[in-house]
Amino acid sequence: MTRLLDIRGLRIEAQSREGRTEIVKGVDLNLDRGEILGLIGESGAGKSTLGLAAMGHVKPGCRITGGSIRFDGLELAGADARLLRQVQGRRIAYVAQSSAAAFNPAWRLIAQYCEGPVQHRLMPRAQAEAEAVSLYREMRLPDPERIGARYPHQVSGGQLQRAMTAMSMSCHPELLIFDEPTTALDVTTQIEVLAAIREVVRRHDAAAIYITHDLAVVAQMADRIKVLLKGEEVEEAPTREMLAAPREEYTRSLWAVRNFQPAPRDEPAPPEPILHIQGVSASYGVHPVLRDVSISVPRGRTVAVVGESGSGKSTTARVVMGLLPPSAGQVVFDGQVLDPLSRNRPRTLQRRLQMIHQMADTALNPRHRVREILGRPLEFFLGLRGRKKEDRIRDLLDQIELEPGRFIDRLPGELSGGQKQRLCIARALAAEPELIICDEVTSALDQLVAEGILRLLDRLQREMGLSYLFITHDLATVRSIADEVVVMQNGAVVEQGPKAQMFQPPHHPYTEKLLSSVPEMDPDWLTRLLGQRQMQEKGAA
Amino acid sequence: MILKLVLRRFAIGALTLLIVSALIFWAVELLPGDIASEVLGQSATPETLAAFRERNGLNDPALLRYLHWLGGALTGDFGLSLANQRPIAELIGQRVVNTFFLAGYAAVIAVPLAIGLGLLAALYRGSALDRFISTSTLAVISFPEFFVAYILILLFSAWLGWFPSLATVSPGMGLGVRLYVTFLPALTMVLIVMAHMMRMTRAAIVNLLALPYIEMAQLKGLRRWRVIAVHALPNAVAPIVTVVALNLAYLIVGVVLVEVVFVYPGLGQLLVDSVAKRDMTVVQAACLIFAATYIVLNLLADVLGIVSNPRLLHPR
Repeated sequence: MTRLLDIRGLRIEAQSREGRTEIVKGVDLNLDRGEILGLIGESGAGKSTLGLAAMGHVKPGCRITGGSIRFDGLELAGADARLLRQVQGRRIAYVAQSSAAAFNPAWRLIAQYCEGPVQHRLMPRAQAEAEAVSLYREMRLPDPERIGARYPHQVSGGQLQRAMTAMSMSCHPELLIFDEPTTALDVTTQIEVLAAIREVVRRHDAAAIYITHDLAVVAQMADRIKVLLKGEEVEEAPTREMLAAPREEYTRSLWAVRNFQPAPRDEPAPPEPILHIQGVSASYGVHPVLRDVSISVPRGRTVAVVGESGSGKSTTARVVMGLLPPSAGQVVFDGQVLDPLSRNRPRTLQRRLQMIHQMADTALNPRHRVREILGRPLEFFLGLRGRKKEDRIRDLLDQIELEPGRFIDRLPGELSGGQKQRLCIARALAAEPELIICDEVTSALDQLVAEGILRLLDRLQREMGLSYLFITHDLATVRSIADEVVVMQNGAVVEQGPKAQMFQPPHHPYTEKLLSSVPEMDPDWLTRLLGQRQMQEKGAA
Repeated sequence: MILKLVLRRFAIGALTLLIVSALIFWAVELLPGDIASEVLGQSATPETLAAFRERNGLNDPALLRYLHWLGGALTGDFGLSLANQRPIAELIGQRVVNTFFLAGYAAVIAVPLAIGLGLLAALYRGSALDRFISTSTLAVISFPEFFVAYILILLFSAWLGWFPSLATVSPGMGLGVRLYVTFLPALTMVLIVMAHMMRMTRAAIVNLLALPYIEMAQLKGLRRWRVIAVHALPNAVAPIVTVVALNLAYLIVGVVLVEVVFVYPGLGQLLVDSVAKRDMTVVQAACLIFAATYIVLNLLADVLGIVSNPRLLHPR
């Protein structure tokens, strides 16, 4: 094997309002032809910055302050735009995290595919189109001859991610940078994309850097793994070696996250459920999205609702919150039938039922300080003012483990992702609710940060007897905090029961598929699973 | 779905035009004074006044007269001028052509130039070129348009002697000569409308530059010019078209002062003359044409905005 990429002592600085901060602190990285390197770490570790730097690209506001990036003998650090253009897209290609955002909405998929090879004068348009179709087929996209004629909004997320991988191969690059390509996908879709990526990279004998925060995923893809923390390397080892015996404490802590298990509840739950969704159906316009959904949440317990996107989980939450009136069925809260519309519900009922959203970023008003964000529900629901309100805000901050003195005057933009989500929890708590609907509250967070949130929610439940309706697509989260599990598919409940029972066979076929799709910390897992599924298909045929 | 949206816009446009026509008619009704005695003068006898009213239908109820006027306007018959009793259509005809010619002339220069400069400013954002384009266009619109016109006359006509200071056109004039004599008014108007369109183009493009798909286009190794023109511009069509439409409307409606300075026989000149002569039927007709121009151009901008959205044009 020959050396393709050699990064030595790379330093990158970011310019922000507070001044300059070094986000990559002297990292070495090397890669041979045909090799796949996994880059792993939590957000802020500098993995994406390092991945982009391998193409000679830095984000606006950042600059390379030291070190070298040699790609096949070419120095990319500080290279001029002409040299970079000859390398970027053509010899090193990039696959972004959110394909929905990385595809230009104004052009058809195939036009965006052909742009690279045609602009780099590698082949005429007709040949590029023919190659596109064959790559679409390799990526197992449905209807490969015609899918290229579609616009990005006309295909699903998983298909778009595969179309982007195909697009990155268009110039036959020697190196591919995958920047969290499956993070935004469901587990079931993730598998298909992972398998397609792995196959296409191997078949075309390309080298790749695979960036992710999910160890189990990187274990399936990479020959070698490098762990980063705050812009510095923690350790690097061949995949099997690292999984078998991680050397550093930090690497071990990345494993441990998946093992958080709250202690079981001693006393049985009271027989009367706090929330009872009874035979609810709902639709958006003429499209039915929920069909006869019945779920009950025991007092002081956590019911997790799992399913892929589009299964109706979030719609169920909207019906409970009174944002979408159901076309049939009703919602009973603590023995009372709730009005279909939130605005017709008495304020005391609104107070007892709160919701926390997935994107803490967009759920907080960026111009309100922490004091106003927490003060508003205290005034609105409890009528607190002045000294009393101030004291309560400080209590709430204590409860979510943010030091009041440091945080009370901050704006949301001055908080980290995990801190923002904690603030959203505090805002829900301010109303002194009995039931909180958590809609994918940990999905946008790193595993370590997510674990902190789960521990916090668990502690609050014990202290205050809260009940949670916990919506998620992540089965590891379900395994750790749920008391009961509801599995949804296509707007209907396919299976529900206590957690212990749900994770024991026999399963409903769909639950089985969901469970088996969760990546495991075993480099052979994906190969084995694909083999099994192929066998089953053959058996069925 | 998109057809429904577009048809709805057309219906709203038509309704707006109807309301505006009623407002114009009503506003002229409100003006004090009796049209018959205005036209026939102090010396008219009561009999001639009555005969005039009878002949012009002035005794009919207002609603009937409005409908009559509107029906005529739809078929291009705006009635008779009060001042000289000639058909308004005949009076206005050549002037409408002149005004639209001048506006079209200015638009053909201003729109591509403004969008091109906006793209350049976005491409070299923060550079000296960007600052030069932004400040110079802004400086020009900070002056009143007649002032810009006089400066241009002073420069190109009085000192350099390249272009005539009066834009005198006659119906039989060849296109080349016509373009030559109307160059200074056209240039004045270009300078007046450019800044707005250019700044909007720049802002709309700069807004998009931080988006992931623009970064993706860069990472494909494309030239910066291509990234901006092929990847950013198509997604900025809606805001740019809206501003372009507003400025095109201004080219037709707002040129009164420029026409007066260059003694150009356009609709604006006629409007000013007619107001001075209290020739209300001509004022009504001119106002209606201006209003229709505004509404039609904005309607076109709306429809282009809808059509340029791939999500609406190509639904799932």
